[in-house]
Formats: sequence, C-alpha cells, structure tokens
Amino acid sequence: MSKVIACIDGSSAAGSVCDYAAWAASRLAAPLTLLHVLDKSRYPVENDLSGNLGVDAREHLLSELADLDTRRNKLALEQGSLMLEEARQRAVTGGVAEPVLRQRHGHLIDSLTELEDDTRLLVIGKQGEEHNDGSHIGDNVERLVRALHRPILIAQGEFKQPQQIMLAFNSSAMTRKGVELLAGSPLFQGLSGHLVSVGKDKQALNKEMEWAEKTIRDAGHDIQCAALEGEIEPALHQYQQEHGIDMVVMGAYGHSRLREFFVGSTTNNMIRNAAVPHLILR
Amino acid sequence: MAMTRSLGETWFSNIRGDVLAGTVVALALIPEAIAFSIIAGVDPKVGLYASFCIAVVSAFAGGRPGMISAATGAMALLMVTLVKEHGLQYLMAATVLTGMIQILAGLFKLGSLMRFVSRSVVTGFVNALAILIFMAQLPELIDVTWHVYAMTAGGLGIIYLFPLVNKTLPSPLICIVVLTGISLYLGLDIRTVGDMGELPDTLPIFLIPDIPLNLHTLEIILPVSLTMAAVGLLESMMTATIVDDLTDTESNKNRECAGQGLSNISAGFLGGMAGCAMIGQSVINVKSGGRTRLSTLVAGVFLLILVVFLGQWVSMIPMAALVAVMIMVSIGTFSWESLVNLSKHPSSSSVVMVATVITTVFTHNLALGVGVGVVLSALFYANKVGRIFYVTVDDGEDNNHRIYKVVGQVFYTSATQFAESFDFKEAVSKVTIDLDRAHFWDLTAIDALDKVIIKLRREGTDVEVVGLNEASSTLVDKFALHDKSEAVDKMMGGH
Repeated sequence: MSKVIACIDGSSAAGSVCDYAAWAASRLAAPLTLLHVLDKSRYPVENDLSGNLGVDAREHLLSELADLDTRRNKLALEQGSLMLEEARQRAVTGGVAEPVLRQRHGHLIDSLTELEDDTRLLVIGKQGEEHNDGSHIGDNVERLVRALHRPILIAQGEFKQPQQIMLAFNSSAMTRKGVELLAGSPLFQGLSGHLVSVGKDKQALNKEMEWAEKTIRDAGHDIQCAALEGEIEPALHQYQQEHGIDMVVMGAYGHSRLREFFVGSTTNNMIRNAAVPHLILR
Repeated sequence: MAMTRSLGETWFSNIRGDVLAGTVVALALIPEAIAFSIIAGVDPKVGLYASFCIAVVSAFAGGRPGMISAATGAMALLMVTLVKEHGLQYLMAATVLTGMIQILAGLFKLGSLMRFVSRSVVTGFVNALAILIFMAQLPELIDVTWHVYAMTAGGLGIIYLFPLVNKTLPSPLICIVVLTGISLYLGLDIRTVGDMGELPDTLPIFLIPDIPLNLHTLEIILPVSLTMAAVGLLESMMTATIVDDLTDTESNKNRECAGQGLSNISAGFLGGMAGCAMIGQSVINVKSGGRTRLSTLVAGVFLLILVVFLGQWVSMIPMAALVAVMIMVSIGTFSWESLVNLSKHPSSSSVVMVATVITTVFTHNLALGVGVGVVLSALFYANKVGRIFYVTVDDGEDNNHRIYKVVGQVFYTSATQFAESFDFKEAVSKVTIDLDRAHFWDLTAIDALDKVIIKLRREGTDVEVVGLNEASSTLVDKFALHDKSEAVDKMMGGH
C-alpha cells in the first residue's frame, strides 16, 4: 500500500490525470506508477460471413486471429509506450523524479484489482478514450469505484494546484475516515479546508461536525464549517463554486444498488457534474 | 476475476458483430438441426425446438460467451436405440435427466476432469465425430437418382467457391436457396425435408414427457442419460477450449456444465432432444465475428423465427442441399492436420488417436471412444514414466558390502524391474539400498521393496535402507511391513 497509480490512456484527460498524480505523489512522497492497460475487448474484429468450414478450419482461423492480434497488439503496445513516455515527461516536470511505467494486458478493473494491495491512491480520468462529451461518466468509473477499496482521485479539467479542499460530511463511517485522512494525510498539509454537511437532521449532524472540526483543528489545519440545506448534490456544488473549492473529498456509494436504481446515486451525480477533481473514499 | 465483468461486456460490447454472426449461425443451424433429428430418428421439429431452446438458455446460463450450443450429432447418435425402442416421450425424459446429471456435474466441479483427456483423445474425438456425421449422410446418397449426386456436388461447389466471390453472404445459405430453386423449377422428384417428418408450425410449448414415473422407466433412460451427459460435457469442454484459444479469453467450465444442464432440462420440457456445444458452429460464429452471449441468443431466436414463419419453404429444401451442408460440416470438423501428424507424432499418441476413432466409429458411442483413448493414454504414460528408472551396484568399503543405488520412479509398471535389479545369489554380509534419488509411488512399489528386503535378510544379509525421501517414506510408514517385526515374521511364515 505504497504507490500512487495513474491510469493513462489516449483520452484528453490523460494529461490532467498525470499532473494530479504527480502532485499527489510528491506530496505523499510516494512512488508514482503510470499504468496503461491494453484492453483487448476494445479492438474491433473483422467479419467474414461466408459461414462455411474448410479443411482444418479451426487451425486456420486460429492462426489468422493470432496474426491479427499480433499486429494489433504490437501497434497498441507501441502506442501505449508513446503515451506513457509523454506522461513520464509530464510527471517529471510535475516534480516526480522517476515514475515507473507499466503496461498490462487484460481488463482495466482486473489489472487494478491485482495491483490493489500495492496501491495507496489511484488517479483516473472521468472518461475513457471513447467518450469526450463532457457530461458523461465513463463505464469504468463507477465499476472501478465499487470494485476497489482504495481512495480514487478522479481528475477533472486542467491541473490547478489545489488550495481549498471541501469535505462533504454526512457522518457515515466513510466520511469519518475522510476526516481522519484530512487531518493526518500529508496530501492536505497546509491547504485550507471546508467541512460541509447537507441534511435535515441538524442536531445529530452538528454533534458529529463538532467532533470533525476538532479533529481537523487539532491536527493543525485551518478549517471552515458549513451546514447546508436542500438537495445534496446541487447544494454542495454551489458551495464549491462560491468558495473557489478546487478539490472535493467524499465517501462513495453509501446506499444499496436497489435504492440507487430508483433514486439515483449521489456519488454518480457528484462525479457527473464535477467541475473540479473529486477524491472518492472507499 | 470474472465477477467484475459487467453485463455490458458479456452481452453488448460487440453488438454489430454478434448480430451478424448470430444470423449466419442460425442459418447454418437449421440444416444441422434437421439432419441431426433425422439421425436420431425423430421429426425435424424436435431438433429445431431443441436447438432454439438450448441456444437461448445457454446464452444466459452458459460459461463460455460466444460458444454455440444446440442439437448435435454426437448426442443424436446416442439416442437412436432409445427412440427406436421406446419412442419420443422417453427421449424427452432422458433429455431432462441428462440435464439434471450435467447440473450435478457442474456442482461437483467435474469440468476439471477434462485434464485427463489428452490432446490425442481430443483429436480422435473430433475426427470420429466428423466421420460419424459423414456416415450419417450416406443413406441419403445410396439408391438415389443421379440428380441427387449432381445436386450434392453442385451444393458443395457453391459452399466452397461462393466465398471467393462474396464474403458477406453465408455460402451454405446460398447453396440451400439455389438448390431448392433448381429442384422446384425443374420439378425434380427427389427427397425433401418435408418428407422426413413434421416441421414446427407454432412456438414450442411446455409439456411434461408422457411416461410412467417408475424405476423401470429410470432403468431405460438412465444409461442413455449418463452417456449423453458425459458426451455432451466432453464436447462442450472441448469446444469451450477451442473458443478460448480462438478468442484468447477464458471460460468458466463449471458454469458451462451447469448451464448446459439447464439448457437440456428446458429442451426436454419443450419437446426437444438433448444437445451440447457444437464445434463447427462455434468456429463459424467466431469466424463471423461473434464474441459475446448476444451472438448465441440471436442464433437461437432467429432460428426459431425463420423456421416457424418459413416452415413451408423449409419443407421444400431438397435433402441433397442438407447433405452438402453436412458434408461441409464434417470436412470442417475433421482434423486433416492430424493425418499428416500421424507420421510425425510419437507412435503412442497416434495409437491413442486412432483407437479413439475406431472405437467410436464402430460403437457409434463417443463416450466409449473417449474412454478407450483415456485409458490408453494413461497406460502409455505409465509405461513411459516407468522407464525413467535404473539401479547401479557398487562395492562398499569391503568386498562383503554391496550398495544398490536406485534412481527414478518406482510404481506398478517398474516394480518388477526394481525387484529384478538385485542379485540375491551373491553372498554378502551387508547390503545398502540407497533410495536418495528414487520415488516410491504406490503399494506395488512398497511391496516390491518389502520383498527385496525380506529376501536379502533370509540369505543372512544385513539390509540398510537410506535416503528414503519424504514422499516415499509417508507411503512406507503407512503400509510397509518390513519395519514392523511381527508383520515380517508373519510374511516369512513364522519360525
């Protein structure tokens, strides 16, 4: 549990992912790994609809498909190396002396699960290379957040040195962990924090907030508290804009899948409408 | 790892390729399902309903996305006698029972037993299957007019030559359409699919096999069901491996066992016959660009739609066209490379392959063929490993001491050789048996060691055994007699 891992692909977000990863790695004094996963299911296949079986059909098809894969994978491997090299230079500029470059075959989530034990923080983009339309979450993001039990930083927009951090607080176990993280982690050392809650049950929340505020202050951080009302996601984003927050910290997927199916997931809404990076805690 | 695969990936990651491939497969499934029904001795609708049902259920429940399962020749051959002697209702009951056995096999993870089936046996299996499919076409080619030969030859010509011109239309379909057209135009009096029995005119309906539920029924169907379950799983595991290799992805073999069981249970209750994965169709599916579960589902659904709505046209297809398609399937299934390899591969592999083929072709039972193949492979293996064995004799510190060094594997095939390596006639006072580099695998080996030690002792020789390694010593401790004095006395017949 030591490395910062940045997922690099051909999407427009890769640069920003790289910058934020470099920022986090230098703050945490952790080694940075730049990872590119060659996901085979993304390659299209050629169609031959002749539907007949010739002599040694299996053997011929196998060698044909293997040849095709060889050529594609060689190309993909080269492309991946180029992407990683570009990312490496960016990371070096960002202050990480020797980032490790890795390419892996297989599914993105499988690869990251394998690396999970060694991961301290994962940095990803909001969308993969196939989407570039802004208000959409990539297919992988939600599944990734659900599958992995490590903090995930979802990069967004051009890199900007974070100054104002907002912790979305709802007294769940996850956000209590977030409070301790905010208090203890070198990632947030010297940044000014905002502790923000949204909810009707003010009294219960207030008590929790007091504890949270104290914990963070005791650790020597500058902290402002706010209790908002209304719908969670819009209220938080409004606060974020008003106070020039440049990074949001929050817990993820607190409700059951069933409820989320009907009500929608706050986490998904937060990420979808995010204008700044979100650090998701699991 | 497979847990993290989303629905989207196993169903909708390749929609265009899957729909096209599924359509091609559906068109190819129709002649096969009809032909296999005829092999089994039932109406074409039984095979067609089965193919629909098995394909659709295995699309959801199977363990290998992109694999095609339906009514197959391997299974059809096993049910011939049952259908002839007891009729369709018993076949459906046997189909349901087959499914239940396969689900149990999945629960007990018997898919892993496939590791005992060697490559040569697999090659033998597909070759035997190809030969049987071909032989099943012969009745349609014997005692017929020259028109049938001409049609079949023309059909094969279309199947193999049309793709040179156009690869966007399935050539077996062109073959069927053209031959049906010619036969109708010329008004040829040759056999058609309609002559072979009833075709589906409605969607399949749920029905419980009309059989007495008693032990006697079970006695009739159980042997057939067991064999069908075994052959079905074998062919499915082989096909899954083939699809794994072709697509460079993994399958869940135990899920496939259970999924196929569920498919067969459903098929039995919908008036279909038992089936399994199809090597040829799965290859066609992958070749046509099919990769996910969607391709299998499309194949099944499209098959049913075609047959139910085009039933009257399907009945006009001349059997010659079907025979041409089936000959293509058998040519494509046969491993021609294996003929070339007969002279290149070790003779033991070739013997296993040929024995599997011969047994199957003569008994029409792929389970028996595979059984013979597996036993032969095991024997050859035991023989080979048994040859990794030798014993050297050295003098010890004086002339009265012999050291036997045993190197290699000692078990039932090499135990005799082990015993014969000792010279009991030589009168020495001490013998050391050095087992440092030997492995004792089974009771036969332990028994041989016991006998050697006892025999030497009877000659008045002191015997010392050194270097019995861990693996051997466990066995020796548990079963050997020589270090338990009572037992030794008993074995020597007392004093």
